[in-house]
Amino acid sequence: MPFHRHISLAFAAFLVAISLAASPARPSVFGPETFKLANGMQVVVVQNHRIPVVTHMVWYKVGSADEVEGSTGISHFLEHLMFKGTERHPEGEFSTLLARIGGRENAFTSYDYTAYHQTVAKEHLALVMELEADRMTNLHITPESVETERQVVLEERRQRTDNDPRSILQEQALAVSYLNYPYRRPVIGWEHEIRALTLGGIMAFHARWYAPNNAILVISGDTTAKDVRPLAEKYYGVIPPGPVPQRVRPQEPPQRAAREVTLRDARVRQPALSRSYLAPSHGYGKKDHTYPLEVLATIISSGATSRLHRNLVVRQGLATTAGAWYDADRLGPSRFGFYISPRPGTDMATLEAAMMKEVDAILADGVSNEEVSRAKKLMLASAVYARDSVSHGARVLGAALASGQTVTDVESWPERIQNVTAEQIVDAARAVFKAEMSVTTRLLGLEAPSQ
Amino acid sequence: MSMLHHTGRLILAMGILLAATQVIWPTHAVAVDIQAVTSASGVSAWLVEDHTTPLITVKISFRGGAALDPDGQEGLAELVAGLLDEGAGSLNSQAFQRQLEDKSIRLSFNVAKDNFFGSLQTLSQNRYAAFYMLRQALTAARFDDEPVNRIRSQILVGLDREEEDPNAIAERTLNKILFPNHPYGRRNRGTREGLRSITESNLKAFVGRRFAHDNLIVGAVGDVTPAELESLLDLAFGSLPGHAASWDVPETTVRSSGRTVVIHKDVPQSAILFAQNGLKRDHPDFYTAYVINHILGGGGFTSRLYEEAREKRGLAYSIGTGLVTFEHASLLYGSAGTQNARVGEILKVVRDEWQRMARGDLSNPEITDAKAYLTGSYPISLTSSRHIANRLVSIQLDRLSIDYMEKRNDFIGAVTLNEARRVAAALLQSDDLTVVVVGQPDGVVSQTVQ
Repeated sequence: MPFHRHISLAFAAFLVAISLAASPARPSVFGPETFKLANGMQVVVVQNHRIPVVTHMVWYKVGSADEVEGSTGISHFLEHLMFKGTERHPEGEFSTLLARIGGRENAFTSYDYTAYHQTVAKEHLALVMELEADRMTNLHITPESVETERQVVLEERRQRTDNDPRSILQEQALAVSYLNYPYRRPVIGWEHEIRALTLGGIMAFHARWYAPNNAILVISGDTTAKDVRPLAEKYYGVIPPGPVPQRVRPQEPPQRAAREVTLRDARVRQPALSRSYLAPSHGYGKKDHTYPLEVLATIISSGATSRLHRNLVVRQGLATTAGAWYDADRLGPSRFGFYISPRPGTDMATLEAAMMKEVDAILADGVSNEEVSRAKKLMLASAVYARDSVSHGARVLGAALASGQTVTDVESWPERIQNVTAEQIVDAARAVFKAEMSVTTRLLGLEAPSQ
Repeated sequence: MSMLHHTGRLILAMGILLAATQVIWPTHAVAVDIQAVTSASGVSAWLVEDHTTPLITVKISFRGGAALDPDGQEGLAELVAGLLDEGAGSLNSQAFQRQLEDKSIRLSFNVAKDNFFGSLQTLSQNRYAAFYMLRQALTAARFDDEPVNRIRSQILVGLDREEEDPNAIAERTLNKILFPNHPYGRRNRGTREGLRSITESNLKAFVGRRFAHDNLIVGAVGDVTPAELESLLDLAFGSLPGHAASWDVPETTVRSSGRTVVIHKDVPQSAILFAQNGLKRDHPDFYTAYVINHILGGGGFTSRLYEEAREKRGLAYSIGTGLVTFEHASLLYGSAGTQNARVGEILKVVRDEWQRMARGDLSNPEITDAKAYLTGSYPISLTSSRHIANRLVSIQLDRLSIDYMEKRNDFIGAVTLNEARRVAAALLQSDDLTVVVVGQPDGVVSQTVQ
């Protein structure tokens, strides 16, 4: 489809295991330049001179996990309303101006951040900065546009979640994957709470969180920090800092019972099974385990010769797909998950036993040094590919910085991956793959799945 | 050794079309050199040389796609595409994949109605290995039992999964109505029966008949010189036959059914597709139709349908239209998703907008803005090697010249308000629209209007 706007990244983030990339030659990834404006706004510039184009992104360090109980969906609803105009640029003008210069724009909301971005010819950088800075503080929303947009958001929820049994199951499973941490709530919000959000509440949320000292400006493309600095000072530097609250997130208590979530739905034609475990992230929990878990995810799930595909799909022929996911780029606790879907004729019990045998094999026998070095090579080689795109560096850096990491963390990623040992991997796996920290999901049709 | 037949200099004027009320932005030109390269064995390619990243990205296409699947072997092209990287020569599936991974080579194939596509990406230091693997995939695929059964079952599961997805159901239904008794009406993935009856000899025959020099198109981008590319082309494609087996897909016009078809599924949001006949790529009014489509529903968040359905009425999260050009047909289609209770309302918006534009209700500022976007966004989309390689191939598939990128914005720029009114009146026929709704729409029933 030729359009796409206001994407909620929640589920995408859950499925993408490895998003960073690195250079094998030296310990750096994107080589960004970075500085801070006097009002506290962080600025990051990634050079890519392929074509005279820049991607401009503003990341706010606020996401759905920062919402007050009972107001789920407010950060995402606000993201939609950010396109509804300011006093200076009334509704529709932002998009019209962007379209006239052939620019592309979008925005997305996740648990830990909300981001707005435009890709334009480099001489239009000042224009997009002016427009983006304007809506950081001067948002002007009418009650009518809130009501219309509420219908749009509800349609988005129907499209992404309610129309799709896989998404419904995922939403239900997340609600029990965290006992206390706000990742248990859907980014887009529960329907009844989306219906109850008010203009006053949304504007207060905007006033509280949208300030230069809570934002990161990330620009990638055909420019340099030297060129960016005067523009950033002119448009963003004049905005006074705000009294931004601390991001106080509750701690997740010990998880003491395995949970199982089953959805039976007449629409389901292809059953699926997953098991995920509470896991640390770069921002939460036992951080020593995060890099070993990233390497483990590559060993068992990256490519056609990875363990799960090779053993379950190719050799045993039980599954059509099998793999794992792990996303360490979180401010809060992450999950390490396994998923599998049967070939026709495989019953779900056999499938589950085969998948758990792979988990047990990691715990009992660990991984070989050869597997570790192959995985590292794959991870490090992907750096060159990552640098090919004009906007990729901006996305990776923005997501990392907005969820509590530093530029140094991102840039030293190759070194940290390089230092991972097979022993660390098995230690991390033993700490994480514990039944009492697990959630098992089953997606089933109404008939017996084995037929 | 280097045979540069032609060098097309690509100058893309950006931001030259502006509304009178705006600041005049400086114009800017993007320059990309496209070189035509022909190897000793006669394989030609378009190349954009770029040594800033040690990467080579190649897109290939063989003309002839899923529409050529023989009766009784529906799904053949799809199955072949899934199997070419599952073992070749002396390497079985796992050994072949391991070689690719050891060298970080990315190789994949996919199928459209009119084309069979391949995609190769490699670090430039591994270029010979990469092009050799491509050669093996195209000329020495093994089609061992294990991968054949596995990939076949994955495609069969894919057919099942389509039944879960209201949009996929709508698309399949729409194609059947628009293209009755024509291969375009079939699914690229084929049918259960077709997939089950395909044999190893069918797969091998496909490779022998479909991959040849005379239907091959290549676009390459990255860290490679023209002379190197020539030897790489010979390595990958040198041993292919000169000519592909001939084929015949009949020319067809999309059926103007005027029908609304409802497929009942228990979902809260109906998936809606609507379509009518379009204009083919080589039609003299193509660019005008392209601009019209942009204003009607093609332009992301500035189109009329977006404005009327989403911004004013909150009827949909996504709504839009597109002009689809096949080799032997074209259609103007649209899609939307809305809660079951409001399907009638959104269909009225679609028909009203169709009629409004057909009546000539179009303004100069709209045309100017549409042209500004379409010309300005063209170079901005070239943000990765993959995007550029895809563009190099699609231009050749459309039988356009190597200097097309240079001329393209002039074609768009030449569209006038009067032309747009004339073409809109002729093209947009709301009574011809075929509408498919998958869901539980209130007050909308399957019907046949004449």
